[in-house]
Amino acid sequence: MAVAKAITLLPDLTAVQAGFSLSPHIDQVGVEERASRFTKRSIKNETKRNGLLLTLNMIDLTTLEGKDTDGKVKQLCYKAMHPHDALPGLPTVAAVCVYPSMVKVAKKALEGSGIKVAAVATAFPSGQAPRDVKIRDTKYAVANGADEIDMVISRGKFHAGEYNFVFDEIAAIKEACGNARLKVILETGELGTLDKVRRASDIAMYAGADFIKTSTGKIQPAATMPVTLVMLEAIRDFYYKTGKMIGMKPAGGISKSKLALHYLVMVKEVLGEGWLTNQWFRFGASSLANDVLMQLVKMETGMYQSANYFSVD
Amino acid sequence: MPVKAKPASRAGKVAKKTMTPATKNNTLKLKFDTSWTYAPAPESKSAAIINKQYDLFIDGKWQKPLSKTFIDTINPATEEKLSEVAVANEADVNKAVVAARNAYEKVWKKIPAKERAKYIFRIARMVQEKARELSIIETLDGGKPIRESRDFDVPTAANHFFYYAGWADKLEYAFPNRKTAPLGVVGQIAPWNFPLLMAAWKIAPALATGNTVVFKPSKTTPLTALKLAEIIEEADLPPGVVNILSGVGSTGDAIVRHPDVNKIAFTGSTEVGKMIQRAIAGTEKKLTLELGGKAANIIFEDAPIDQAVEGVINGIFFNQGHVCCAGSRLYVQESIAKTVIRKLKDRLESLIVGDPLDKNTDIGAINSRQQLETILEYIEIGKKEGAEMYQSSCNLPKKGFFCKPTLFTNVAQSNRIAQEEIFGPVLAILTFRTDDEVIEKANNTPYGLSAGVWTDKGSKVFNMTKRLRAGVVWANTFNKFDPTSPFGGYKESGFGREGGLHGLLPYLSLKG
Repeated sequence: MAVAKAITLLPDLTAVQAGFSLSPHIDQVGVEERASRFTKRSIKNETKRNGLLLTLNMIDLTTLEGKDTDGKVKQLCYKAMHPHDALPGLPTVAAVCVYPSMVKVAKKALEGSGIKVAAVATAFPSGQAPRDVKIRDTKYAVANGADEIDMVISRGKFHAGEYNFVFDEIAAIKEACGNARLKVILETGELGTLDKVRRASDIAMYAGADFIKTSTGKIQPAATMPVTLVMLEAIRDFYYKTGKMIGMKPAGGISKSKLALHYLVMVKEVLGEGWLTNQWFRFGASSLANDVLMQLVKMETGMYQSANYFSVD
Repeated sequence: MPVKAKPASRAGKVAKKTMTPATKNNTLKLKFDTSWTYAPAPESKSAAIINKQYDLFIDGKWQKPLSKTFIDTINPATEEKLSEVAVANEADVNKAVVAARNAYEKVWKKIPAKERAKYIFRIARMVQEKARELSIIETLDGGKPIRESRDFDVPTAANHFFYYAGWADKLEYAFPNRKTAPLGVVGQIAPWNFPLLMAAWKIAPALATGNTVVFKPSKTTPLTALKLAEIIEEADLPPGVVNILSGVGSTGDAIVRHPDVNKIAFTGSTEVGKMIQRAIAGTEKKLTLELGGKAANIIFEDAPIDQAVEGVINGIFFNQGHVCCAGSRLYVQESIAKTVIRKLKDRLESLIVGDPLDKNTDIGAINSRQQLETILEYIEIGKKEGAEMYQSSCNLPKKGFFCKPTLFTNVAQSNRIAQEEIFGPVLAILTFRTDDEVIEKANNTPYGLSAGVWTDKGSKVFNMTKRLRAGVVWANTFNKFDPTSPFGGYKESGFGREGGLHGLLPYLSLKG
């Protein structure tokens, strides 16, 4: 495995990374059973309200389309800062996630808001490009002001067993990120098994990821609770081995508040207090925000309002 | 928790702040007592109707006890009285046996098997219809979390009735080329840990095979069985086919010793099981016993560790550990012991202990004061034996019988906490080095009800499971129950099987 490289890149990890250790086995049936237990928690009243506010504050509001324009991105940024002004006192979302070509526009639109600009780089979503192209893609986004880089791993190489390649690539992108935080997208929907999800998580974290992220949103299935659970447990094991916190971002397929709250329950019970903040946990989603707003308004007024009362962008 | 517009902080700063030198890793701790807490979510009691007093259900009617005695049944989570139930004495038992005998000879033996099936199906459906009420009462009377009564006890009880209803008119296919005949009147005595489910386990196969029943629920948890009696009454079962008598130890004794009872089925302690066996020695009564256990749950180094940890937690803390097949001895291979123990401790912290009626509660109340005292005594014994105790940092409710989920590490095979059944939320953790060693240690017990094996290696699963002397061996899971699957023990865990096709056999004689 890619151990030797880890030693050269992250010398502070040498003491803790055993040369012969492998990622632990994952039993899918057990993971699914555990994941469904989180959905049994009853979330009511203040717990629900606080959970919804926290969810809103953890969203990476996303637009990743070929047809994105400056106009679209500016509108999205306004929504990010003012999710629903009819309900005062709401938090903003955590970040706006765009293609590198839109970083400059987003950065300007969000100026002074504290909201981060995340850029998907490295030939998103397929990652099928030479490494120097991916590095340039990353550097371009960072130079334009991206605070966070969401990269994709080379799934083809991963399936071919070329873990060193995957590791080195992540390490190289991390270097290109400079001060930007690196989110590594595993595209779990293409990995096939939870064992591979765990292995990819371990490679990404040891190679320097600040966050690990499930999906691009372009492949089905995207984020699921079992996949996220495996990644959270990988983060916990890494934390115990190294003392380093790694963030988690499930992305794609989380469009309802209830599901988002189940995810928060999972974070609370697997990683605890430290991760219950947008510094360490994000939702990659576009339609989740409005569902959260709808629930918050319902809690405030006792009535559901129609979707037309919530701005689409 | 206040959530303000919190901007994500600078990347570089964060990384530096959270980086701890690797040498200090042993002091790292996750904080599960988060500021985002779960608000109380209690199930409403109003959906459950509990009478002030319950008589005995004999011959299809509610009859005053000849004993003229009633005992209180309390909610172990609050110590408040829920109701009072009749205590059946020898004369009451005799009345019930006579009713059962009459029903057997005059009705139940004669009606077509498909008619029996019809009644059992009806009971199954009515248990489903009343699932919510039954769950609440099960939780109030026994202290188990509502999540378990709702998701496990009651649905599984209904499933047992459904399953055995299906067998009633197909017995000739269950035992090809043999003629089957019912035994007659069966006496059944159930424990307090799964009151309604154990009633279903016992009554369903007895009825399907054409027997009539005198059933006694436990002293501390009689209410759901009495609710089942109401269901049986409403289902219009012929009078006397099922008689349900609440009572105490002497009630059970009277059932066991009654000369006109053809079979005894008992689930409970090994001690009482031995007494029953002595009492019926020399009679023609048939007997099945489902007794205690001290199951070994074995984690090999090639196991899926996180899932194994979860399985161990479910194995010992399910129903507060009041489970005869609970995985109360954990054997961990030494190479992964530290990791597993750390994970178990973390998981302990996220278990919610408290009001059993709260939908978020994982661990409810200990069934009775007496049982709590037994458990606490064993915890003291464990400490004196030199094992290291770890308990969850949760707060226990001030009233009621509660016990913190407890682990003991550094346990020796010779320790009493590793040998004796505690029947509570207490796990003894032992380590091992080789496969042969762990098999020897796992089998080194007078019990043999269940065991668990955790390994990702398929061939090892089969190698290990066939060498374990236990009635049920789970691989990469634990505490899984299904009406189609037989359940029962080796050695002092009893004999006879309940559930599945095998569960028909103890209620039949085979001819031809």
